[in-house]
Amino acid sequence: MRNKKAGFWPYLLIMPALLVVMAVVFIPALNAVLMSFQSYDLRRPSEIGFIGADNYIKVMRDSLFWSSLWRTLLWVLFGVGFQFVFGFCLALLLNRPFRGRGLARSVSLIPWVTPGVLIGLMWRWIYDGSYGVLNDILLKLNLIDESIPFLARVSTVFPAVVVTIIWQGIPFFALMLLAGLQGVPGELYEAADIDGANVFQKFIQITVPSLQNTIYVTTLLRIIWVANSVDVIFNMTGGGPAYASQTLSVYIFNKANALNLGYSSAMSIILTILLLLVAIPYLKNLFRNQEN
Amino acid sequence: MKGRKNSFYRVLNLHIPLIILLIFLLFPFYWTFVTSIKPERELYGSVVTYWPRQTTFKAYKDLFFDYNFLKPMGNSLLVALLTTSLTLSVASLASYSFSRFRFRGRRAFMILFLTNNMFPTVLLLIPLYAIMRNLGILYTPTALVLSYTTFTIPFSVWLLNGYLSDLPLSLEEAAMVDGANRPQAFIRIILPVLIPCLIATGVYIFMTSWNEYTFAVMFTNEESRTIPVALKNLIGQLGVQWDLLTAGGIITIIPVCVMFFFAQRRLVEGLTAGAVKG
Repeated sequence: MRNKKAGFWPYLLIMPALLVVMAVVFIPALNAVLMSFQSYDLRRPSEIGFIGADNYIKVMRDSLFWSSLWRTLLWVLFGVGFQFVFGFCLALLLNRPFRGRGLARSVSLIPWVTPGVLIGLMWRWIYDGSYGVLNDILLKLNLIDESIPFLARVSTVFPAVVVTIIWQGIPFFALMLLAGLQGVPGELYEAADIDGANVFQKFIQITVPSLQNTIYVTTLLRIIWVANSVDVIFNMTGGGPAYASQTLSVYIFNKANALNLGYSSAMSIILTILLLLVAIPYLKNLFRNQEN
Repeated sequence: MKGRKNSFYRVLNLHIPLIILLIFLLFPFYWTFVTSIKPERELYGSVVTYWPRQTTFKAYKDLFFDYNFLKPMGNSLLVALLTTSLTLSVASLASYSFSRFRFRGRRAFMILFLTNNMFPTVLLLIPLYAIMRNLGILYTPTALVLSYTTFTIPFSVWLLNGYLSDLPLSLEEAAMVDGANRPQAFIRIILPVLIPCLIATGVYIFMTSWNEYTFAVMFTNEESRTIPVALKNLIGQLGVQWDLLTAGGIITIIPVCVMFFFAQRRLVEGLTAGAVKG
């Protein structure tokens, strides 16, 4: 039905976009692979040169790498997990008719348009040990006896940054799931009502299966974004104290900032491969859909 | 009796959870605003106040006069506008191609564009830094515009492809029967219909480049730095001046919020179309 004999037109039209993407993504990506096999520390320019797999071997022996990787796993698991749960709740609530729904939908998306730096800094101020509002609220509710410097303690810092990333991601999930909910045919629920299904049965047997695709795509996108996110943690804690809030991407960023480019490239190649493994089912699915 | 019971349940399972979630989502913004209008004495006093006893806009004044916040705002605006126009041009051409032609390699190219987003920013950051330095464009707005264009292309192609696929082919076929060639048909017929969608996509691109930090912090210097970097730089040697920082934050999010509210409906439609269909 669509134009099959279009000659050179389609290629010509995608060429500009393709060139930019090639120049800014694929060439640097290849470059990163090359750099990861070199000693490339800008503070030691005389030592720059190929060293085989040395960087990778060093990474494997780096206990900080393993702890950051483990933390990335927890970061994604709890971060995306709770974003999903609260985002789903918000979507279900915003899907019901009530006065002021349009406004509620708009304002609940604001965290999504807020820069990561600002999110990091805003929450740093909320968590502040001396003047922070969270401590004040908890003290007033008698939940704690004295102020907790949330971001300065090894035991509280990681949960604190996870809460922040959850806060950031709720709107995106809510947005996608809300749109998905609107695509669920109302007759399904009517039929279930006739059969006497209760709210939970309807949720499990109609809502969730109908949203399967949306849930799948959104969760995967979110996993990749959250795993790659640097700005929130970097601006809250820089990965500290004592590396207790350092995820792998923050570790890589810190190493790159310290100008050890070879070592950080090796770690970022590993992160990319891990994320691609997560994304393969998604890409396969995408491929199949494009075929039709 | 039943009506009363129903409205009680409605409050319990709709209003209360909704209000709790909205408070959680919005309180940080309220707190940021309140902080920005408190005088220093109250900010670092022994009692935390939930509405300033005394309001002041000194932080906003200082930000513009002592810290020259207009400069990074101008830089951000320049980068965001350039990125938006560049991405919109290349993405609309590419998505027109994807939605209107079936050609060899189409699928592979689409996947190529979409996988683009999966590379960790930290992976590209390092080699790009080296490349930009060699090209001599490090610390110029061009470095950021190029990087942001690349990150915004995939989503923009996705969005525009969704909108375009919903436009009937007969639109330009009719024009082409009348003797217009393909570029003419695109410019005269498709482009005008597409304008609202281009605006929505443009808002997404603008937002992304306005907010980006990781690349901006490495690719800019004193002269060319953008708002997110300037915000972070307010944290000086002597610790954080929270009144300045929160005032800067409020100034940063106002433009994107305003734009977002205007473009919201269509942007949300476009964003979700892909996920719901695909």
